[in-house]
Amino acid sequence: MSEAVRVENITAAYRKEPVLRNVSFALPQGRLIGIVGPNGAGKSTLLKAVLELIPKSSGNVEILGSSVRSQKKNIGYVPQRGNVDWDFPTNALDVVMMGRYAQIGWLKRPSKKDKALAVEALERVGMKEYADRQISQLSGGQQQRVFLARALIQDAQVYFMDEPFAGVDATTERAIIDLLKELKEKGKTVIVVHHDLQTVTEYFDWVLLLNQRLIACGPVEQTFTSELLQKTYGGRLSFIQQENLKI
Amino acid sequence: MQEWLQFLSSPNLQWVMAGAALLGLASGVVGSFVLLRKESLVGDAMAHAALPGICLGFLVFGRETLALMGGAALTGLLAVYAIRAVHSQSKIKQDAAIGIVLSVFFGFGIVLLTMITNGSYSQSSGIDEFIFGQAASLVGADVQILIASALVLLILSFLFFKELKLLIFDPLFAGGIGLPIRFLNALLSSMVVLVVITGIQTVGVILMAALLITPAVTARYWTDRLGVMAVLSGLIGGLSGAVGALLSSTISGLPTGPVIVVTATAFFLISFLFAPQRGILFRMMETRKNTQFVLNNFLLDTMYEKLEKRYAAGQYSALFSRRELEEQTRLPRNGLEKTIQALQKQGLLTQTDGKYVLTGTGLAYAYDSSLLRRIQDIHLTHEAELGSWKEASANGDLRKPRDYLMNERIHSLLTAEQKLPVSLAIKQSSIEYADQA
Repeated sequence: MSEAVRVENITAAYRKEPVLRNVSFALPQGRLIGIVGPNGAGKSTLLKAVLELIPKSSGNVEILGSSVRSQKKNIGYVPQRGNVDWDFPTNALDVVMMGRYAQIGWLKRPSKKDKALAVEALERVGMKEYADRQISQLSGGQQQRVFLARALIQDAQVYFMDEPFAGVDATTERAIIDLLKELKEKGKTVIVVHHDLQTVTEYFDWVLLLNQRLIACGPVEQTFTSELLQKTYGGRLSFIQQENLKI
Repeated sequence: MQEWLQFLSSPNLQWVMAGAALLGLASGVVGSFVLLRKESLVGDAMAHAALPGICLGFLVFGRETLALMGGAALTGLLAVYAIRAVHSQSKIKQDAAIGIVLSVFFGFGIVLLTMITNGSYSQSSGIDEFIFGQAASLVGADVQILIASALVLLILSFLFFKELKLLIFDPLFAGGIGLPIRFLNALLSSMVVLVVITGIQTVGVILMAALLITPAVTARYWTDRLGVMAVLSGLIGGLSGAVGALLSSTISGLPTGPVIVVTATAFFLISFLFAPQRGILFRMMETRKNTQFVLNNFLLDTMYEKLEKRYAAGQYSALFSRRELEEQTRLPRNGLEKTIQALQKQGLLTQTDGKYVLTGTGLAYAYDSSLLRRIQDIHLTHEAELGSWKEASANGDLRKPRDYLMNERIHSLLTAEQKLPVSLAIKQSSIEYADQA
């Protein structure tokens, strides 16, 4: 079985500052994987570079053993919620349907089947009653769940999620993590940019530590150690924080 | 009247009006995309920057419609490119970049225009009409180009509707599912250029952006669906275009652009004032209603808590003097007066011997309102365990706080003292309560 993601020597830069320096790693299939690192470590940039959404200066990426371009239909992506204008004139169902646009194809409109799939995806995130709701009238957690439903409807093999837990309420966080675990049980690979160190061991079974360079990548038990975390966060990880982590 | 009818039936005017209407229609539809992409000002800069292109086209090729349009497209696109370059290669923010580029290009355009009008070029009369637009100056060929390009724009908007929608709403996700972002960006930019260069002869470079943006902003007031918004915006633009062309053709010396814009703005003002949900009057009424609602509940809560204290101290009087209400609530005099009147009107409060007393319904209502506030305090401190308060209230779970109190967890979290009002309300929540007092 090939790896879910294989990255060789990715380097990406904004203007002149490199954000990612020679990052290489391989991620196995069927795992729930956390990408962890301090602010400015390049976590979101890594996702975008892997998905070829930003130009990368160098490097090679394979997803499920072949090029990213050829695997787009097997890739599900959940961008950061803050990136979009939530006052956009559309409703929850419509946003979820966007996950089907690639399958629907050019010049065609969504069919009844697409609509049924979108309703089903909303139901899976507990948002069926909100299908007709204008998206600005949803709470932050609900917006995040709509984004998740939009990725679910893609029925992908590998999911990339950029901070899905940022700014959501506890109920939503619970609902999301349950769903991610369910995806993993179905053999999907779920890769999540995450910033809450407290929950890493509880949520993920594989972790990638990043601070512009790759610090470590492997099973949580071996990788999420105080030594490697210290290396990732440098002086920014306070002693108290370390005490609180159940390592 | 008959003169008017005769005038309206003149084939030339019909052509010009049809052209202007189609232009407005296309401009309204494309404008919806531009507005939501937050590039209204880029459209404005593009239109202003078309002026030097028109002049250059005239100087090089003479008065050929295609030459003028080609020149306009060239400098318009150059301006957009310049804005992006200034913005991305320096610390200058986008608004400042637009300001710089727009004025430089327009200034250069005015210099060229003055040269042309003062010089001895053949056929140079009427070139200055590109500033404010003159629909009447459209000749048959112009109108044909206008209609053709409007149709192309409408067809493109229709065919690529869902892709453009996703591109504007969430470009990252669009790229993630493999849509060709570069192509779509180029498509949208080309559509804007096409609208601008076909519109400037009718509307003029200065006000072209208004025809692009005003109908879209207006349509946004009435709908929460992009499809409906695009159609509505097109209709408003089309109507404005037709009215503008008609008036400017009938009143001599009146340029078309300003009339079109004034018409579109009239639609905007009506929407701004009267649209449901988003209109300003609706919002003011909502705010007033909400404020009064909060004040009503505040007065009820205050009276209830006071009653509770009296009850605990063994006093059973339910009467409140005006003075007492003032002291307890600390509301300004007229605010209190209004609130008392509102509650009396709803039958929650009544007056006996110059003193105020809650009616039976009022007492039950005040009980529910106080209870809800207490549940909220508890709920918010235990939100992680009980779930989101905002969602619970949005779901209507809290409309009957007494039922909600039956939630075992909430029940166990409220102290006995906080639940004291239950017995008070059950014992005494009746019309007699008010009468006894």
